Amino acid sequence: MKPPAFLYACPRSLEEALDLAAAHGDEAKLLAGGQSLVAMMNLRLAEPKVLIDLNRVAELGFVRRENGSLQVGAMTRHRPMEVSPTVREAEPLLSRVAREIGHLAIRNRGTIGGSLAHADPAAEWPLVAVTLDARLTLRSTVGVRSLRAREFFQGPLTTRAAPTEILTAVTFPVAPTASRFAFHELCRRPGDFAIVAVACRVTLDAAGAARAATLGVGGAHGTPLHVPEVERILAGSRGEEAAIREAGDAAARAAEPGGDVHGSADYRRRMVAVLTRRALRHAFGHPQVPS
Amino acid sequence: MSELRERRPIRLVVNGQPVEREVAVRQLLADFLRDDLGLTATRLGCEHGVCGACTVMLDGQSVRSCLLFAVQADGTELRTVEGLADGERMHPLQQAFWDHHALQCGFCTSGFLMTALDFLEKSPNASEAEIRQALSGNLCRCTGYANIVDAVAAALKGNP
Repeated sequence: MKPPAFLYACPRSLEEALDLAAAHGDEAKLLAGGQSLVAMMNLRLAEPKVLIDLNRVAELGFVRRENGSLQVGAMTRHRPMEVSPTVREAEPLLSRVAREIGHLAIRNRGTIGGSLAHADPAAEWPLVAVTLDARLTLRSTVGVRSLRAREFFQGPLTTRAAPTEILTAVTFPVAPTASRFAFHELCRRPGDFAIVAVACRVTLDAAGAARAATLGVGGAHGTPLHVPEVERILAGSRGEEAAIREAGDAAARAAEPGGDVHGSADYRRRMVAVLTRRALRHAFGHPQVPS
Repeated sequence: MSELRERRPIRLVVNGQPVEREVAVRQLLADFLRDDLGLTATRLGCEHGVCGACTVMLDGQSVRSCLLFAVQADGTELRTVEGLADGERMHPLQQAFWDHHALQCGFCTSGFLMTALDFLEKSPNASEAEIRQALSGNLCRCTGYANIVDAVAAALKGNP
């Protein structure tokens, strides 16, 4: 179908965009890459009265490394996240997941901020932001606030951002040296949304034992799910099979998946355990063995 | 530019030709190309970004023209399948599709060509598996894909 009629504004600066968002509140939608929003408008699942197009707000597209963190402007597209050396050196997990997003034509246009604000619990950026404990910067005409990604997502397609706020940046910690990551996802075809996805980062001490671990699950819960229990289970571990199995069971218990045509709730829960084990074996550098 | 509008004038370059039009802001870029400019090689299959038939190049990057509004193309340079051939001489990718019988009904072909064009520029040393992955965002209901993969592989080797 075709999108319903709307009024269109194309601000050239963040200040103009914030004024528009303040004036139109929940009658307006912010247009980032449009890879979800325009599809939803074409399907008449979204019918905003006003569309505020952020694509000409140049100040929202940047990647900067400073003070142990990587700051990414909300209008940074997926493709530069996939290929930027700055991103890869700061946190290789980000480049790794970027290449799994949709297809090249989608990655050329879609943005990290749009994906985070859209808050699909199976999407890559929300999962990685929660796993790595990223912080999101939200601006409005009255001020600025910073929220942990772990607090930002409230449910499927629902976040704590107010209609008058614009997500302007996301800040990831730079990966510690002596740490390893893994990202495993289950999908029927490359480019599809994950049925279940798991991202993790494990930081090792000089003896090869875990001194920090973080693990997140996508596609199996109303929001991307951080599983704090995994850090406790793996503390001091060298990736022994018993600990890895315990972590997989903990992640499966924490998830509350729904079922759909791609997989039942029970199947998804089982796959959370399987993918968690695979991801952790990978992160600890073990050869992959049947689960 | 921050005033609200239902229609807006746009200026862009399409296949090397300057174009000026006034468009309704709700008009999709694909519909603008087809209905206003008569460039009907760009196809609309699903209208929600899944089938790839509407893929065009915007400032040198492949994009889905069903997920963009025409008004967003203001000031850009667009390339569609109509801009591939050099007069009577087909683009090497088009020649490869011809030689390898990579189309049957032809509905999806423009989208495959534009997708492959961007991919070949970015991954000149791609393996067959990478070609298959790159084409996986485009749907074809006739060919079973084998000949499309062969055509792109041949174009990649510069040997259509």
